[in-house]
Amino acid sequence: MPKPIAEKVALLRREKTEVPVIYIGAGTCGMVAGAADTLQIVRNYLDDHRLKAEIVEVGCIGLCSAEPILDVQLPGKTRISFKNITAEKVYTVLDGAFNNNYEPEDVLGQFAAPALVPWEGVPFIHELPFFKNQKRLVLENCGVINPSNIEEYIARGGYRSYVKALMNYTGEEICDIIELSGLRGRGGGGFSTGKKWKIARNTQSDQKYLICNADESDPGAFMDRALIEGDPHRLIEGIAIAAYAIGASQAFIYIRAEYKRALESLKVALQQAKEYGLTGPNVYDSGVNLYISLKVGSGAFVCGEETALINNIEGKRGTPIPKPPYPAVRGLFGHPTVVNNVETLANVPLIINHGPAWFNNIGTETSKGTKVFAVTGKTQLTGLVEVEMGTTFRTLIYDIAGGIKDFKDFKALQIGGPSGACLGSPCLDLPIDYESLTKEGAMMGSGGLVVMDEHTCMVDTARYFMNFLQKESCGKCIPCREGTRRMFEILDSITKKPSDDNRHETLERFKGVMMLEELAEVVAETSLCGLGQTAPNPVISTLKYFREEFEEHIFERKCRANVCKGLRTFFIEIEKCTGCTVCFRKCPVSAIIGTQRSPHFIIQEKCIGCGICYDSCKFNAITIH
Amino acid sequence: MLFTIEVNGQQITARRGETILECLLRNGIKVPTLCHMDGYSPTGACRICVVEVEGRNELIPSCSHPVEEWMKIKTHSPKVIRARKANVELLLSNHPDECLYCERNGSCELQNLAFDLNIRERRLNGQKHEYKKDYASPAILRDPSKCILCGRCVRLCETEQEVGAIDFYGRGNTMMIGTSYNHCLSIKNCHNCGQCVLVCPTGALYERQHIPKVQELLHKPEARVLAHLSPTVAASVASAFGLRSGKDLAGLIAAALLKIGFFKVYDTSAAIDIHIMENAALLKKRLEAGENFPLFSSCCPAWVHYFETFYPHMLKHLSPVLSPMQIMGSMLKKNSGTEAANNLVVGIMPCTAKKHEMQRPEMYKGTGMLTDAVLTTRELINLIKLHGVDLENIDPVLPNAPYHVRSTAARLYGVSGGAAEAIARTLFFMLTGQELEPIRISELRNGNLRREVKIKAGKTQIGFVAVSTIKEARKLMDEILGGRRDIHFVEVMACPGGCINGGGQPIGADEKDLKLRVKSLYETDERENIRVAHKSPLVNEFYQKQFEYPGSPTACEFFHKAKNQA
Repeated sequence: MPKPIAEKVALLRREKTEVPVIYIGAGTCGMVAGAADTLQIVRNYLDDHRLKAEIVEVGCIGLCSAEPILDVQLPGKTRISFKNITAEKVYTVLDGAFNNNYEPEDVLGQFAAPALVPWEGVPFIHELPFFKNQKRLVLENCGVINPSNIEEYIARGGYRSYVKALMNYTGEEICDIIELSGLRGRGGGGFSTGKKWKIARNTQSDQKYLICNADESDPGAFMDRALIEGDPHRLIEGIAIAAYAIGASQAFIYIRAEYKRALESLKVALQQAKEYGLTGPNVYDSGVNLYISLKVGSGAFVCGEETALINNIEGKRGTPIPKPPYPAVRGLFGHPTVVNNVETLANVPLIINHGPAWFNNIGTETSKGTKVFAVTGKTQLTGLVEVEMGTTFRTLIYDIAGGIKDFKDFKALQIGGPSGACLGSPCLDLPIDYESLTKEGAMMGSGGLVVMDEHTCMVDTARYFMNFLQKESCGKCIPCREGTRRMFEILDSITKKPSDDNRHETLERFKGVMMLEELAEVVAETSLCGLGQTAPNPVISTLKYFREEFEEHIFERKCRANVCKGLRTFFIEIEKCTGCTVCFRKCPVSAIIGTQRSPHFIIQEKCIGCGICYDSCKFNAITIH
Repeated sequence: MLFTIEVNGQQITARRGETILECLLRNGIKVPTLCHMDGYSPTGACRICVVEVEGRNELIPSCSHPVEEWMKIKTHSPKVIRARKANVELLLSNHPDECLYCERNGSCELQNLAFDLNIRERRLNGQKHEYKKDYASPAILRDPSKCILCGRCVRLCETEQEVGAIDFYGRGNTMMIGTSYNHCLSIKNCHNCGQCVLVCPTGALYERQHIPKVQELLHKPEARVLAHLSPTVAASVASAFGLRSGKDLAGLIAAALLKIGFFKVYDTSAAIDIHIMENAALLKKRLEAGENFPLFSSCCPAWVHYFETFYPHMLKHLSPVLSPMQIMGSMLKKNSGTEAANNLVVGIMPCTAKKHEMQRPEMYKGTGMLTDAVLTTRELINLIKLHGVDLENIDPVLPNAPYHVRSTAARLYGVSGGAAEAIARTLFFMLTGQELEPIRISELRNGNLRREVKIKAGKTQIGFVAVSTIKEARKLMDEILGGRRDIHFVEVMACPGGCINGGGQPIGADEKDLKLRVKSLYETDERENIRVAHKSPLVNEFYQKQFEYPGSPTACEFFHKAKNQA
């Protein structure tokens, strides 16, 4: 490498800096935590002190619970990372950092770099338990590089795979490589990516399409968003290779409109890729044309289903159509179309770069590579986690995410989005791979992982997910449209007391309960698309692991976690009540009576179980039964 | 290519490329469906047609899945029946319990399915939707709460008619079918062809009832309620009374209507003859002047409405002649001397759009409405049953004079291509003084949605085109607007196949029934002697006595739309 170029690459790789560099985690998670204010204060600080420094807005490094994260890299020193730097902390932290000083409780860690002087007493980030147990391949650059600078990506080996693919391999060979590597779709189904590409490649057509499905809408899942915000060029490179492999000159990225930052980040990245000649006509004289368009979805969950997504791009109502024909044979505008998830495509450059054997060695027998999870819920740490396939949930929750918050007990984990499953504690030692999850009635899904502690009511959880699904069902086929709604109504009825029995509510409730399992099976068996076929999973899996909780709700009308409002009964302890009238005034249904300075009472017939009195009582006089 | 598959333990032959459903039906195995429509691409929405395929966990919808060699299918296994039953129960769980009051009680597919699947108990009680009924349209009414969202009407309106008056909106359990912006179905967005009513499996779509109105008319003192019966209706009601489909029941119906209390029953064909004469005369006039081609027929009110909405700049191409029903009304109301004031006219038509046509502003001529009520074929059947007339034990009668003589050309109007053929016959005579030979124009009798023929009359070559469905008409319009010049007369019927498949016809007619109806109409043409309108003694008498010649000012006043109105 000639010296000026080597110099530039070193600068881009941040192996050395000429001015101090301040990095701010400005992904959506960072922004929500207050990164915008932090950024403004950092600018003010630099102005105040007339300091010349570079400010870089990076994506999310994965530790969302530590946002806003602020990193400082002084010339000659390693990059040190500070956590939870809200606006008011900025001056103190930067004052310290510029004077080679820090408060230990603010520090997250430092990035290892051989040529730079490390901070003393600061742990290396890759040795932190959160990162140590992960295998970060896809997320390698997230939160580290500047997503809006294509050169940083290139300096770290970006687009090398694309050029390698264009120069060295035919499309057929790339399909072979991907098939050999064992890469499987990360969007839920787990179909072999290479095989899918081959079908599309071998179907005769004058036009083929590649669609990147970035319509991530599972509650609690944000892998795709973070990946696009933090490292958009990796996705573009994956798309470019995939399009070349199947012989598509037109690719679409279907992204949901709510992902404003990801959308901006993609737009900038696509513009840069175009300027650098990576997309457009005749890429690097290879004779390959590649055009990538963005299609912004309007927030329908069902549009994540590939046929609905294709319909939507065509400008039609986003409803699924029956398969076969599969999109790889007849898809967008009647042409062969491959729909791949963001994470699947982000894996592609790695495989081309390192070869199929390398990828094949990672993971388990049938599930290769890594999987990114968005860990949320009641864990100590929340955020993006990338683990090797075959890692157990126990490692993921206890070693990486730091265990359950406030030292409570683990109760369940919900994996695979709303139509995924709730697994109980027997599943903690389950290795994460497609087959083991399917065996337990769960599915890999796109990677949302919600951890629940003992204060979660599983009936309520099932009810929540059924509510989501019945609202998001497209309404086309009967089992999904009516079935999910009926299941929701049944679950809703068992989380409530009967209000009046004139309409045979109790009887209907029992009839419903008896139908619940049959309904679940029929909906799964007969629904048109993946949404409906997996929609009963929340009910089936909670019934499998937490049947006794259902029975308690049904027969004893009791919610052990005291979550189901309709089943809670509140009492006022006469000895403790001072007659302060706070609860009397706050009760929305005037169910509390009493006079000042004498104990109050709750009229149970009126009470709706909202719990406002319980929360507002300063003397803990109100108890739940 | 043929191969065998195993169904219910037996080998049956399957053709490559067909769906499982097609294969099963061909082999005599009936699988119920709610959303399937012959000739349309499958949507797989209702999931009632699911079958069990060995090796597959989920059940396979037979309507959309192609049949494959390896398949071992079970069509009525316990698993399949349970699933079908559960899906129908789901539909019933929030369906209004109004079966006994429902328009479609007895002819409802959902009801029949529930009966066939042996659903005898309400195991699920869902929250019911309470949607407002849509009573805005003069012809087609909607009750969205009875809609099971099978989407047949949407597909038909969108693909066959290319009108797209209705579509889905909303999602999940709140999805419904409605018009744009959820306004009412009205003459602004719908052309009242009524095809949606024919495909609706439940009572969500139905026509505006005129039976109460007719009964009211019948009981008016001094009123003379005159009915006129379309020949198409007469050929379409037989199966509803348990007779051979396609049998012409004109005589029996006339007898029944007289028993019900109608003063006179006439045959609409007489008015069709006049319609033929007027149109032929108009065409002749235009041929002589060589302008305003092509001339579009105006006998289909749905098409007239569509044409006026989408091609307002071409209105001079639309025939100004009234539709046969209105010609009849005009004759009965204005041409019956002193009694005319008490004449009330009821048209019995295979059409829902006529209900709109009768109340269009330009149809009020002097004395008032030309037609006071329109009964569709379905309503006629209802009316006959309502009044307890037993068709099997009455004797047929001829229609009342003077409107009882007709040519067989008039009978052809019920079939797509018939109007063009009838007009061609008379026009040929008008131009050459000779009868067309052969008189049967087979080009206009064969073919699907579009039938074309060129007829040479002396030195002039006249192009006739007959299209049915608005989609096909639209294609033709594009060709004409794109510069096609060889067409002189275009007959458009909004319903596929013509009036024999009209929106007011009995529900549940299949391809075979339609063929029998067509055959019935064509057979009369072969059998009888007066095969052209200009030879009908009645027509000649009218023109001699009163209207001078076709297209005369008097005739225009009676049979044409007022000039100052569209």
